Amino acid sequence: MIDVLVVKTGVANLASVLAGLRRAGAEPHLGDDPDAVREARAVVLPGVGAFTAGVAGLRERHLDVAIADRVRAGKPLLAVCLGLQLLLEASEEGPGEQGLSVVPGVARRFDAHESIRVPQLGWNKVLPSQECQLLQPGYAYFANSYRLVEPPPGFASAMAFHGGSFVAAFERGPVLVCQFHPELSGAWGIDLLRRWAEKAGEGQSLEPPQRRGSVPQQTPSTGAAPREASC
Amino acid sequence: MLTARVIPCLDVKDGRIVKGVRFSNLRDAGDPAERAALYEATGADEIVVLDVSATLEARKTRVATVRAVRERLSIPLTVGGGVRHTSDAGDLLDAGADKVAINSAAVDDPARITRIAERFGAQCCVLALDAAMTETGMYEVVVKSGRERTGKDAVAWAREAVDRGAGEILLTSFDKDGTRSGYDLPLVLAVSKAVRVPIIASGGAANAEHLWEALRAGADAVLAASIFHDGEMTPDDVKRELRALGAEVRL
Repeated sequence: MIDVLVVKTGVANLASVLAGLRRAGAEPHLGDDPDAVREARAVVLPGVGAFTAGVAGLRERHLDVAIADRVRAGKPLLAVCLGLQLLLEASEEGPGEQGLSVVPGVARRFDAHESIRVPQLGWNKVLPSQECQLLQPGYAYFANSYRLVEPPPGFASAMAFHGGSFVAAFERGPVLVCQFHPELSGAWGIDLLRRWAEKAGEGQSLEPPQRRGSVPQQTPSTGAAPREASC
Repeated sequence: MLTARVIPCLDVKDGRIVKGVRFSNLRDAGDPAERAALYEATGADEIVVLDVSATLEARKTRVATVRAVRERLSIPLTVGGGVRHTSDAGDLLDAGADKVAINSAAVDDPARITRIAERFGAQCCVLALDAAMTETGMYEVVVKSGRERTGKDAVAWAREAVDRGAGEILLTSFDKDGTRSGYDLPLVLAVSKAVRVPIIASGGAANAEHLWEALRAGADAVLAASIFHDGEMTPDDVKRELRALGAEVRL
């Protein structure tokens, strides 16, 4: 069972994320210490709330750099909803406010289009590109007014449609970034959490290659840890 | 494209599910967590828990019920009943609600909507709007489980609430609730045209045709209680019928 550090962002509503991770077979705990975020085997950046408050909350706790470094180093990270937007350069929700800028792009409000509702609240079809390894096609639950339109370079993306096409999620190795809420997306979402947790746990020293008689050793939790499929 | 949501509603009193005609004549129909998990397994898109006793007896929705439901549920959970202050909303969100519905307290002091939306985001803040038709043919906001008429125009109130930050409207027809004669379609049409946030139609559903009518009138989601509680149909049964009628649903 993999330990997952869920970043306390200062906004309520972490119960669903914690319950979802437990259901996916992970062992979540809350934390907001930058060193812990840096060192943890796997980190979840949950996202409920407004962009400006979210960025400010991360900066105050000195978590902005720790989280950006995880994305750059390819260390296991799951960012959800606002968590996606915080990784971008900016959002129309907080004009003048800079995001963590570790993923290129700006979150923009859904177009003032008569036929769509804003916020987008509900289940939408997620269509992953062929390069995606964790993301699979299915219905996911969204709750957002802002979205990223262009798939970010360097990641494998999944798209969805609400008035126009937008980025539902993207991934690179054990870094998974979702505009939707996997923890609220039923069995499909829990399966995705489980795949991510398994990916994050690869090379965690469950079955390190070892010589007969040697003492089992913990693999240091760095991004350079060898990747081993758990099955 | 977003699918039409089918939402079973659990009216809860003292930690047990109840459902009555016109908010009274309540009868026991089970354990909320058990029932919510069953609904998820049979296709519910979301669950709404309303503490029907909360306003009547000025009692807060039981946080313990929300906690128990959350532990079993992997779909969104909206909780209403007795939400007055930002701290009430915070307690429910902490316990595992994803959205909170505010009703009478918002009528008393509309700034409460703004405070909840600013603190937790518009997508968390649902306005529960109960409306009844007056003799002159307008829709009036009613509170206190329908016992008190406010004189407020329902459509204007919906607009104001959205301006103040409500991210969704749970629209219940007091006239239709519990009658099993279909939703109040003119009410759904009027409110869904007046605002851009999603509308959940509530009150009066007895079959899939009723749900389909509400979706065609502009609702984004349809809420029902008795058709699911009595075991007549599962949410998936209803959604299969809705799909045959032409609705986009998650199956």
